[in-house]
Amino acid sequence: MIPASFDYTRPGSVEAAVAALAADEEAKVIAGGQSLLPLLRLRFAYPTLLVDLGGISELRGVRDAGDALEIGALTTHYELTRDPLIAAHAGLLAQAAGTIADPAVRHRGTIGGALSHADPAGDLPAVITALDAVLVVTGPGGSREVSPGDFFADYLTTTLAPGEILTSVRVPKLGDGWGYHYEKFHPTAQAWAIVGVAALARRSNGHVAEARIGLTNMGSTPVRAGAVEAAAAGAEASATAMRAAAQHADQGTSPPSDLRAAADYRRHLARVLTGRALAKAAGV
Amino acid sequence: MTATADHEVGRARARKEDARLVTGQTNWTDNITLPGLAQVAFLRSPHAHARITSVNLDAARTAPGVFAVFAGPDVAAEQGSLPCAWPVTEDIVIPNHPPMAVDTVRYAGEIVAAVVARDRYAAADALELIDVEYEALPPVLDMPAALEPGSPKVHAEGNKSYTWTLANGDLDAAFAGAPVVIERTYRQQRLIPEAMEPRAVVVAPVADEFTMWSSTQIPHVLKVMLALVTGIPEHKLRVIAPDVGGGFGSKLQVTAEEVLALILARRLGRPVKWTESRTEGNAAVHHGRDQIQKIRIAAEADGTLRGLDVDLLADMGAYLMIVTPGVPLLGAFMFNAIYKMDAYRFNCTGVFTTKTPTDAYRGAGRPEATYAIEHIMDDLAVHLGQDPLEVRERNWIKHEEFPYTTISGLTYDTGNYEAATALAKDLFQYAELRKEQSARNAASAAVRLGLGVSTYTEMCGLAPSRVLGSLRYAAGGWEHAAIRMLPTGMVEVITGSSAHGQGHETAWSQIVADELGVPFEDVRVLHGDTAISHKGMDTYGSRSLVVGGTALVSACGKVREKARVIAAAMMEVAPTDLEWADGRWAVRGDPDQGKTIGEIAFAAFAAHDLPDGVEPSLDSDATIDPDNFSYPHGTHLCAVEVDTETGWVKIRSYVAVDDIGNVINPLIVDGQLHGGIVQGIAQALFEEAAYDDSGNLVTASLADYLIPSAADVPSFTLARTQTPSTLNPLGVKGVGEAGTIASTPAVVNAIVDALRPFGVTDVAMPCTPERVWRAINSAVNNAPPALGGTTPRQPPAQNQTDGGGAA
Ligand SMILES: Cc1cc2nc3c(=O)[nH]c(=O)nc-3n(C[C@H](O)[C@H](O)[C@H](O)COP(=O)(O)OP(=O)(O)OC[C@H]3O[C@@H](n4cnc5c(N)ncnc54)[C@H](O)[C@@H]3O)c2cc1C
Repeated sequence: MIPASFDYTRPGSVEAAVAALAADEEAKVIAGGQSLLPLLRLRFAYPTLLVDLGGISELRGVRDAGDALEIGALTTHYELTRDPLIAAHAGLLAQAAGTIADPAVRHRGTIGGALSHADPAGDLPAVITALDAVLVVTGPGGSREVSPGDFFADYLTTTLAPGEILTSVRVPKLGDGWGYHYEKFHPTAQAWAIVGVAALARRSNGHVAEARIGLTNMGSTPVRAGAVEAAAAGAEASATAMRAAAQHADQGTSPPSDLRAAADYRRHLARVLTGRALAKAAGV
Repeated sequence: MTATADHEVGRARARKEDARLVTGQTNWTDNITLPGLAQVAFLRSPHAHARITSVNLDAARTAPGVFAVFAGPDVAAEQGSLPCAWPVTEDIVIPNHPPMAVDTVRYAGEIVAAVVARDRYAAADALELIDVEYEALPPVLDMPAALEPGSPKVHAEGNKSYTWTLANGDLDAAFAGAPVVIERTYRQQRLIPEAMEPRAVVVAPVADEFTMWSSTQIPHVLKVMLALVTGIPEHKLRVIAPDVGGGFGSKLQVTAEEVLALILARRLGRPVKWTESRTEGNAAVHHGRDQIQKIRIAAEADGTLRGLDVDLLADMGAYLMIVTPGVPLLGAFMFNAIYKMDAYRFNCTGVFTTKTPTDAYRGAGRPEATYAIEHIMDDLAVHLGQDPLEVRERNWIKHEEFPYTTISGLTYDTGNYEAATALAKDLFQYAELRKEQSARNAASAAVRLGLGVSTYTEMCGLAPSRVLGSLRYAAGGWEHAAIRMLPTGMVEVITGSSAHGQGHETAWSQIVADELGVPFEDVRVLHGDTAISHKGMDTYGSRSLVVGGTALVSACGKVREKARVIAAAMMEVAPTDLEWADGRWAVRGDPDQGKTIGEIAFAAFAAHDLPDGVEPSLDSDATIDPDNFSYPHGTHLCAVEVDTETGWVKIRSYVAVDDIGNVINPLIVDGQLHGGIVQGIAQALFEEAAYDDSGNLVTASLADYLIPSAADVPSFTLARTQTPSTLNPLGVKGVGEAGTIASTPAVVNAIVDALRPFGVTDVAMPCTPERVWRAINSAVNNAPPALGGTTPRQPPAQNQTDGGGAA
């Protein structure tokens, strides 16, 4: 890797990291480096200072916070796949994290980095969107909480203000009756999703009481498939009914056309894959 | 004492070279460092086609850590033209090919300037300070359009490089009145070789002598070519290929970067290094394939072939590299494959475009040919309502007909297509899978099954020099080996086949162990340094074992014969009284009396009592030229499941039965097949070097150029049949490219087989999910389906047994 030159600092606290960021407009946070380093290598980014979060231990790990899990921004994809609290209360996150790239990337890449990078082809943005998570952000003026809908602004763009750091993600625990499935359609195991569907369904009396769907790579930000959620709510828990509900999956989306797929094919895939993901989430 | 009672040849020996490779103890070219080493970085054209109107190097020249900066005009007088060693026709157009562009760039990625700096960071920083102004010229991207009279020209001489023809038999007669004529056009997409180790070169000038380390497949050829291009006397050049991390043809090249590194080192009088990044390499390493294949067959009503007519357009890219124009010719002899016919015509036109030059890529010409013939044989079978294996069997050369001279003029020595196919069918459970396929079709299942067949052959062991000469190739196809018996009985083997991952050190050791009666561990194989291995033709075209192995056996024989004379003197008997048994020379009738090669080597070293006229030392040299190619073959069968709702293709099972003659090391052979099959699958399903309308490579990184990993392919079932080659003493045929040649058509045939019930006759490679989905939909509806999740309108099911077909 031959990037342009930059300074480097490894603060020991969130306060110090925020201060370092606030002092230099061209500074950038580095967590696992799995998205930032490729940009530096290709000289698409020229930060003057890298603020490495790696020394801030409070940003690591998963904590039980009552009816939610508090996931530190530095928690790696690999840790998400192994953490018992995640497995018990937010299994969708573990399943999706297990589909990211390869073991080397999963051991370095972090949830905070994946969300801050805001790649609509990334898996975790759609997953936390479906999970109704809250992003906890700390800046010079203190902390604030942001919903996914307000956090992801555009392609590779968040509403993080200069000097702000994503410190944790608060994920409500899935209660009884919830099932989930992440359906990732990617051409090779190491490739990003052409389309991904994060589906959650709560079953009750042979019906789907509630469904939540997040779509990966169907627009410049992760998308909630509201029409499918409405159609699925109250529907019979059957593959046919889930398929029918999924016919609305591409409503309100604006998928890209790129090397991998044209928009119309993505729309088609969103419908097919949402039907499959919903059926699995509903346990049928 | 001989330590090896059993034969080494045939044993699944773990590779000797792996200990240093997998523990990182070796030196790749990029690991080499020298006192005062400077780093080179190249500025490359962002345009496919442009005139360079000005270059300003001032800011770069004064940047910190920069030693020198050069643009084309600075090196024009000494850089020469990169060589093309295969002028396939008398009137071929071979444009001048400056290593660094001087006034015009003809592909995105062509070098326009070079920085030499203290380190890679300073060099890369300085590149950003170079200011080049271009005047855009129209890109030339499409081969048929490039041949139109009004097309913009890549070179002043025009966009056609050559047309080459091979013909045998009366083609008109074969086609006239033929009951069956099938014509197809197939596209061989452009591929990027993606060796794991990027290219790198280090040059050390010492006085007027130069040592080059390069991540190359061809140190010997490179040395000669560098002398010819730069004018540096050949004996002042030494080229070393250290351990090389893969090539697949991409390092069978004399590159602009190698020539420029040499020139810059000479200019500066200090050692320089250049190492490419993956993105740089994707645009600058020569690409492979890229042909439009028009193929036509004429057959009798029962499927017996009468004639074959092939018309190719082959994309040369912007320039002719070392064997660019010859690559399609290697395919010319292979379109007829294992089949008998009365007439054949092959016609190929090489076309210039403003894209990265193409050249040899694993299989080089033969995968293209095999794909086309194996695909159209399936089309013929479908046309006739026959099983694809039935129509093949009707046409292939029967085992009792060998040796057989084919319509393209090659003489296949041995083979047994019946045996390989029978074994493959058995392992694959062909009949059962066909039943399952029918059932799925009858039920209009959303996930269909397809069976793909590829009964390939290829020509290996490049090559008889006289044949190369007749094809106007500039060099020969011989190979060299030498044996040096050391005083302690250890053996140093030198081979001219420079390995780059094939396991030569292990296989050569096994052969020598048997030939000289020494332990496997006592043999060391040296290669890749022109000062040690003073001559050779290097490694490509599955030639190392077939040609280099023959030279090795010959060198061993010479050592044995000399040892016999010395042993006879040691034991005071006549040489004719000795026989070679259990790895030593023993007195006939008195086997207790004998000498091992080691004992004889020490006697030769001491040289106290050598017979008159016998020189001290025990070593030998052998250079051999093959009489013919070798012809491995096999039957590969692939089963795919195609999800018709999404276009997803899953390879369910893959059986490869290969006849590669005798096997020296089954472990290495399996490795070559695994890698080869995956590389062919990659062409079928994943890989394509794509350009946008302005001629920029859009698959410049591995995020966009998709290569498969182990996670994307199934486990393979490998088996072998054996008809030893009669053309070399080892009876070997070559296996370096077999998997790649065989697997691409097996996979695509399987996909098309799954989709034939929908009316699909072809899917362009790579068969991505989107392409498969569109193929289904355009065949069925001529339009995308109204809503997802619905199965496309059902065509009549194949082999329908009941009233299935309800969606
Ligand atoms: C080969 C490869 C394949 C991949 N495939 C996939 C895939 O299939 N699916 C997928 O989802 N992802 C994929 N990724 C991306 C991967 O998930 C990255 O790990 C992730 O996007 C970034 O996390 P990181 O910790 O490495 O962040 P970094 O690279 O360190 O940072 C990324 C960006 O986020 C910012 N940032 C990081 N942490 C914070 C923070 N706490 N607060 C504020 N800003 C922050 C940085 O400044 C930078 O702009 C792949 C990556 C690679 C290299």
